[in-house]
Amino acid sequence: MKNLTIAWRNLWRNKRRTLITAAAVALAVFFSTLMSSMQEGTYSKMIDNIVKFYSGYLQIHHNDYWETRSIDDSYVPGQDLKDALNSTDEIELYVPRIESFTLLSTGNVTKGAALIGIDPEEENKITNLSQWVSTGEYLSKGDKGILVAVNIAKQLKAEIGDTLVLISQGYHGASAAGLFPIKGILKFPSPDLNNFGAYIDLDAARDFFSVPDMVTSMVLLVSDYDHVQKIKHAIQEKVGDKYSIMTWDEMQPEIVQMIEGDRAGGVVMKAILYIVIGFGILGTIIMMMSERKRENGIMIAIGMQKYRLQTMLFYETLLIGLVGVIAGFVLSIPIISIFVNNPIPLPAEIGEAYEMFGLEPAMYFSLVPKVVLNQLITVFVITLCIAVYPVIQIINLKVSNALRA
Amino acid sequence: MKIIDIKNLEKIYNDSEVKVHAVNGVNLSFEKGEFAAIVGPSGSGKTTLLNLLGGLDKPSGGEIIIDNTSVGTLKSSRLIDFRLHNIGFVFQAYNLIPVLTVKENVEFIMLLQGKSKKERDARTKELLEAVGLIDRIDSRPAKLSGGQQQRVAVARALASKPKFILADEPTANLDSKTTENLLEIMEKLNREEQVTFIFSTHDARVVKKAKRVITIEDGKIISDERRN
Ligand SMILES: Nc1ncnc2c1ncn2[C@@H]1O[C@H](COP(=O)(O)OP(=O)(O)O)[C@@H](O)[C@H]1O
Ligand SMILES: [Mg+2]
Repeated sequence: MKNLTIAWRNLWRNKRRTLITAAAVALAVFFSTLMSSMQEGTYSKMIDNIVKFYSGYLQIHHNDYWETRSIDDSYVPGQDLKDALNSTDEIELYVPRIESFTLLSTGNVTKGAALIGIDPEEENKITNLSQWVSTGEYLSKGDKGILVAVNIAKQLKAEIGDTLVLISQGYHGASAAGLFPIKGILKFPSPDLNNFGAYIDLDAARDFFSVPDMVTSMVLLVSDYDHVQKIKHAIQEKVGDKYSIMTWDEMQPEIVQMIEGDRAGGVVMKAILYIVIGFGILGTIIMMMSERKRENGIMIAIGMQKYRLQTMLFYETLLIGLVGVIAGFVLSIPIISIFVNNPIPLPAEIGEAYEMFGLEPAMYFSLVPKVVLNQLITVFVITLCIAVYPVIQIINLKVSNALRA
Repeated sequence: MKIIDIKNLEKIYNDSEVKVHAVNGVNLSFEKGEFAAIVGPSGSGKTTLLNLLGGLDKPSGGEIIIDNTSVGTLKSSRLIDFRLHNIGFVFQAYNLIPVLTVKENVEFIMLLQGKSKKERDARTKELLEAVGLIDRIDSRPAKLSGGQQQRVAVARALASKPKFILADEPTANLDSKTTENLLEIMEKLNREEQVTFIFSTHDARVVKKAKRVITIEDGKIISDERRN
């Protein structure tokens, strides 16, 4: 008779009570898993989108660029940097960009916006920009045309084939002016990006801003998004502090903050849920211990050491939690698995907040290990705390009193 | 051979408002192979005396020596081990562990003692045959009658090969027929295997069977007769 066997049988003595308790745990696990899965799914989708649409996982700038955002803080990516990037594992791709501001004008209407010079093919491999061309065509290498985000085009009342006048300031005060025919209109799922700017070919941008061979940013695609810090340090080690290397979360601190804030809100809700469940389990254990006082007394009387009885009762408490957790996972994991690949669409009104982050309005789910592990650890810790109760009861148990019970 | 020596034993319950002198200066000794009844009305101190004797409770004064060991001086985990190896217990009712089968209940003690499976199996079989319950070996206690449960409890008490068995009113919850049956088994074990039984009772039919009758009143021994 192993302690665990006896604990298991004891668990089912009061079937109904055990089932109700385990069901409560299962329900808490079910909701927490679902909630965590949805949170993590949404966050990772948000991060994915931001990274994919725009920032990339890492960017390399001139040390002052992030502060000034000035074309004056462009740099020539030296061989040392290219060697460093080529020799770092996990970097799949790096593409150059020139980013600055410009005035766009049709003659009647003028508007300020971001102007981004890109290598059309390489850029496409990272941000898949061409998928957002709603009318017209994507850029090709050496192109003289311009892609304009849809809201800007609307405000300018400009259409495909119209020519835009671009006026800006080039490198160290050089004047920058040029004519660019509209080659395509970009329609992003995010309003932010739809108001953001226009894209031209990298070489056209270098001419325009008078920055031959220069870039403002190198945008990196890496194989694993959890490893960006590691990769950053690997590059930093090779190039020293000649360049500033930023990860997506350093470039988008508001997003990180928003996610952490939201996560904290979720933790509070889950904590309340689990505390309620914890008291439920505790109630069951208290009843169980009072019902079994005499029986526990007999076991110690006939020669069972207290620690063995404590181990048995400890197992029994953990088993209630374990049964509940397993049941909770049996319910939640299949449902989540389905939704991971099939986000639940939301009506447009509810979805507005999502659009800000370039997300299609839907409930996204994730099955990253922590979604499951967190529940497991939480229930384990709760039952561990509760299991202290029978242990203490047995320490204080007086056999002669227990036998009179 | 003297196996138990009780000297000036005292037990005073202080925990409630009134002080209860439940055992009041008891001197007693027991030999191997006795079949002794402790008799007295309810509240006379039988349970308290047996609990002290079995190391289930601490005396307020005096000494209990079992085979050269002063039980009162043992630390609690040593005391539990001492009980495991030296004393068999039968309580008034609901003795058995409900989630274990008859076999497992008897085996339980030997498991605690760390006996081999072979030895456990052999002894369990032998004991259940002795108490006439070999055919119920795989039943759970709830499936047995009160008398059958007490017989399993006797088998379990014997499993550890203890020096003596303490039984606190083992027949109190049984009808007269099953009482007789249980006593017959106890007598037989006493006669054939020299198992020492010390039991309490206030049932005259049980007293009749005892070879020694110790009468207790208000915590004091008022008579101690041996018969043959
Ligand atoms: N835990 C206790 N606290 C206080 N008084 C007790 C306790 N246990 C027993 N007593 C008292 O001690 C006396 C003897 O009780 P007990 O040994 O149970 O007698 P018996 O078994 O002969 O009926 C009784 O007066 C009883 O009320
Ligand atoms: Mg009594």
